[in-house]
Parts: sequence; structure tokens; C-alpha cells
Amino acid sequence: MSTAEGQAAVPVRKPGDLRRVLRRVSAKVGLLITLVFLLLTVAAPLMAPYDPYDQDLSSALSEPSAEHWMGADQYGRDMFSRVLYGTRTALLAVVVADGLALVLGCAAGLVAGFFGGRTDAVIMRLVDVVLAFPYLLLALIIVAALGPGLTNSMIAIGIVYTPQYARLIRGQVLAIRHADFVRAARALGASRLRIMLRHVLPNSITPILVMATLQAGSVVVETAGLSFLGLGAQPPSPDWGALLADGQSYFLTAWWIATFPGLAIFLVVLGFNLLGDAFRDHFDPRRAS
Amino acid sequence: MTRYVIGRLGQLVLVLIGVSVIVFFTMHVLPGDVATLLLGERATAEQLASLRHQLGLDQTVLVQYADFALEAARGDLGTSLRSNHTALSDVWLAFPVTLQLALSALLLATLIGVPIGVVAGTRAGGMLDNALMTLTLFGVSMPIFWLGLMLLLLFGAVLGWLPIGGLMPVGLDAPRVTGMTVIDSLIAGRADLIAASLRHLVLPAVTLATIPLAMIARVTRSEMLATATLDHVRTARAKGMTERRVILRHILRNALIPIVTVIGLQLGLLLSGAVLTETIFSLPGLGRLMVDSILSRDYPVVQAGALFIALVFVLVNLLVDLSYGLLDPRIRRS
Repeated sequence: MSTAEGQAAVPVRKPGDLRRVLRRVSAKVGLLITLVFLLLTVAAPLMAPYDPYDQDLSSALSEPSAEHWMGADQYGRDMFSRVLYGTRTALLAVVVADGLALVLGCAAGLVAGFFGGRTDAVIMRLVDVVLAFPYLLLALIIVAALGPGLTNSMIAIGIVYTPQYARLIRGQVLAIRHADFVRAARALGASRLRIMLRHVLPNSITPILVMATLQAGSVVVETAGLSFLGLGAQPPSPDWGALLADGQSYFLTAWWIATFPGLAIFLVVLGFNLLGDAFRDHFDPRRAS
Repeated sequence: MTRYVIGRLGQLVLVLIGVSVIVFFTMHVLPGDVATLLLGERATAEQLASLRHQLGLDQTVLVQYADFALEAARGDLGTSLRSNHTALSDVWLAFPVTLQLALSALLLATLIGVPIGVVAGTRAGGMLDNALMTLTLFGVSMPIFWLGLMLLLLFGAVLGWLPIGGLMPVGLDAPRVTGMTVIDSLIAGRADLIAASLRHLVLPAVTLATIPLAMIARVTRSEMLATATLDHVRTARAKGMTERRVILRHILRNALIPIVTVIGLQLGLLLSGAVLTETIFSLPGLGRLMVDSILSRDYPVVQAGALFIALVFVLVNLLVDLSYGLLDPRIRRS
């Protein structure tokens, strides 16, 4: 689903284009899910009926009811409140991991594409080596080095996704580095750093945003996956992956503990994928045609 | 062609050296002291120093890496801190479980994904296409660790049709030949073993197949659409060729390269991605071994597992590239 290396630079489109993207039903559904997700991260403390950490052993493993909409876990903690607070960890993962990959990848891609030659060769060979690892394996190795925990799992996922941004940006830079406006800036005496940050980067914003949206769903799944394996967020944190891991032990007797956090992950990822697909189809000239 | 293969093998060696550097140096910034881990908190300073010397941990990191690379080239990746077996033998023991799971998932994904893509591609824009593509979008958005649990709940616990985890029923085992239970059961030639091994494989394989199936279907559809507009397809239709023949001989055949690429890439990803499925279904595969080794800081096994998976991953990618020649005579001739 990622954009191939070295593809033609994607033209910058007018803001009015966004409205055209959102004309599609799938894009509207994706946007709606994403907005609800963002709203819940903000409103979680107002909407949660219980403190997500509050234990009430008298309610332990109670089924979904009017009192506990999504039931209660083995310590009697309200699952609805915990799933609601889980939106915050998921959003944090998107911001930190996707953000880290974006910053590192853009920096590497800009430098490689702009300087070319040996710099480019070294950076891109490094990217090739990182890409020789399957994603999850590399994330596991990095978490092994840094130690289990939510922050470290987000850093690991950020590093794992860095090469994709690096390849994308390098392709963009190669495509526009000889464009007239870049030559003009160079002729006017602009420094390389200024050209990269003021001219090349802004012209690559669209594909970066498309990729960031498409990656967001994967980041949510992989962060939850690491937590599920015990390498990400640690108990009693209301992280969706950790909640699922809890639910695994009780899934024969208390199906609700694993069901609702998984459903939440699925919906959020679906929202990001719908939105990302719509953006990609609209801004990728090959698909648009 | 031979020069190309030799060149690619040379690149493969370089990539593996890069992978070994990353794995080694990542493992050597692990928090905690390996000597303390092995001997326990009560060990004396002399005992710890002696063990560090024995393991080569008192050398500089570069010397340690050189030792590690030389030993690795000879096939010695150290001894597991937990099992006391060689790290490679632990990896080798677990690998067939993962391989069987990954291959069966890939088989399912290909056998279902390609026809779905062909059907959707030939009815682009129609109701069936929309329905199938919505389903594949659900597939790529599915957290497989959740799907696995839900399938276990439904088919294992509620309906009781399939077993809840494990490779084989307790007390029923085929003599180990390949380590892959289905193949071993076939070799043993006992119907009860074959049925049991297949019943245990169904849910994990379906779970692991979900995402690749959706990816393969989506790529097949888009490649079918792209190829259908080419001139030779129009000519074939103009000649009065049946639609079935046009689709199979002229569209699908020419769309195969990207489809095979995706299928090949999926195999590499499945081998490492099986970790979540193995955890849910309690399968003693390579992914599970890696996670357990990370949690217990058994770094020789982590190193061996990572290098092994990376090797398989790049080899699969190489085979995929070589298969292009078989699929496209133009590539073969060049």
C-alpha cells in the first residue's frame, strides 16, 4: 500500500480538493470514524462512567449490563471506561510513532535525495538493510534492546516505519530537485538547508500526508500487537492490546474482555484506512487517471 | 542470467552483514548485565568477572562483533541461556511450526485472494466488486490477534467444532521427521493423525491468512484493471476470443508479476508475523520463541532467530525476483 520509490512528484493541489476527496462515501465514513476517535480521546474523562483503574471485586467478570455497558474485567474494572481511555494510548502511538517515522524518514530522504552521490548511497543502503527485516521482527528486536514499555514500543515502531518515508521523500526530491523554482532559489544564493526546508519539503507535503494517514492504522495495530505480546504498555494501563491480552486468559468465561478492545482497534484502523485510501486515490496521478 | 543471480547473491551477503551488525549492536545495548543474569544477584565480583571473560564480554564491542561474525559464518550462534542447547538448534526446532503455518496461510490467501481479485477486477464498479473490496478493506484493517481470539471463541468454545490451540491433541503425536505436523502425519500414514493435525491447523491458518488474502485480492484487482486496457487485450477481443480465455490468457497472465511479488513478500512477512498467531493458538513456533527469548533476555536465541528470519526473508525475495523470468519471456531473454 505504500508509494513506490522514485515515483513522479505529486502535484500540490488546492485546498478545495479536500472537499472533492470527501465526496466519496468511503472517505466520509473514514473521516467520521476518525473524528469520533479523536473526540473520544478528548472527552474520555467526561464520558467514562468509572475511573479506568478503579477495582470493584464484587463486579469481577460481570457481563455487559446497564451498570457496565461492556462488562467488567477480572478485577471488576469497568471495560467501557478502559476501552474509552484506550483511545488516548492509541492516539499517542499514532502521534509519537508515526511522527517519529515521519521526521526521521523525511530528514534521511531529503539529505539522500538532495546531496546524491555517496551520501545517497550510504543512506539508501542503510534503508535497504532495515527493509530486509520484516516489520514486526525489527520492532521486537528494538524493544528487546530498549526494554518493554509503551514509550519504547512506540519508538521501535517509529524506527521500523522510517525507511518508507525516506524512500518516498527521496523519490520526491529526485523528481523536483532540478525544477525551475529550485534552480532559481539556488541562483539567488539560498543555502542547501534553506532550499530543502523552504522549497523541496513543502512541495512534498501531500504525499507525506497521504502516507502518514495510511500508516496511522498500521501503527495502531502494531502498537497494540506489541502490548498484546507483553512488550508494549504494561498492566494496569488501559491500552487496547494489553486489554486484549488480559481478555485472552478469560475468553472462555468472559468473552467481553477481549471483544470490545479488539472491536475498537478494528474500527479505528478501518477509519484511517478508508481515509488514507481516499487521499491516495485522489492525489496519486496514476490512480486518479 | 547466471551473472544476475551471482550479483544478487553478492547483494544478499552484504544485506546479511548489515542485518548482523544491527542485530548484534542492538542486542549489546540490552539493559542489564548478562553475567549477572546468568549467575544471579548473589554472584561474587570474581565469579562475574570470570564469566564475562569466558563469554568475551570484557573485550571491546568491535572485537566481540568480529568474534560473533566469524562464529556465525561457521554456523555457531552461541548457546541459549535458557535451554542450554545451541541457539541455532532451538531456532531450527521451532522453524517447521512457523513454516507450516505460514505456507498454509499463504496457500489459503492465494487460492482465495487471486480469484476474488479476478472476479472484482472483471466487474469493476459493480455491486459485487464493491462488496468484495469492502470485505478486503475489513481484512486489511483486522487486528489478527483479535480475529484469532474471536475465531477460537466461536469455533472452539461455542460451537466446539475445532480444537482450542496447540499443534496436536495431548498424547497423540506423529513421529517427528520434518517437524511439520501435517507432513509428519502424512508420512506416518495414519488417518487419525492427519485429521488431528489438519483440525489444529485450520484456525491459525485462517487467522494468519486474512491480511495477505485481502492484499493479494486488492493487488490482483488493480493489476487486472490496468492490464485490461492494453492493446493486446483489445486485439484478443476483436479476434473473437472467448471472455474466459481473454481473462486467463491475456489479462491475468500479464498481471502475474506484481501479483507474484505480493505473494512472495507476504511469505516473508508471514514468517515473522506469525508471532501473534502463535501466541494466541499456543504454537511453539519461531515467533513465540523470539518473544519468550526477548522477555527472558536470552540474546543468543534472539540473535540467531533474527538472522535466520532475515536470511529466509531475503532468500524468498530473491526467489520472487528470479521467478519473473519464468513468468515473462521478455525478462528471461534480457
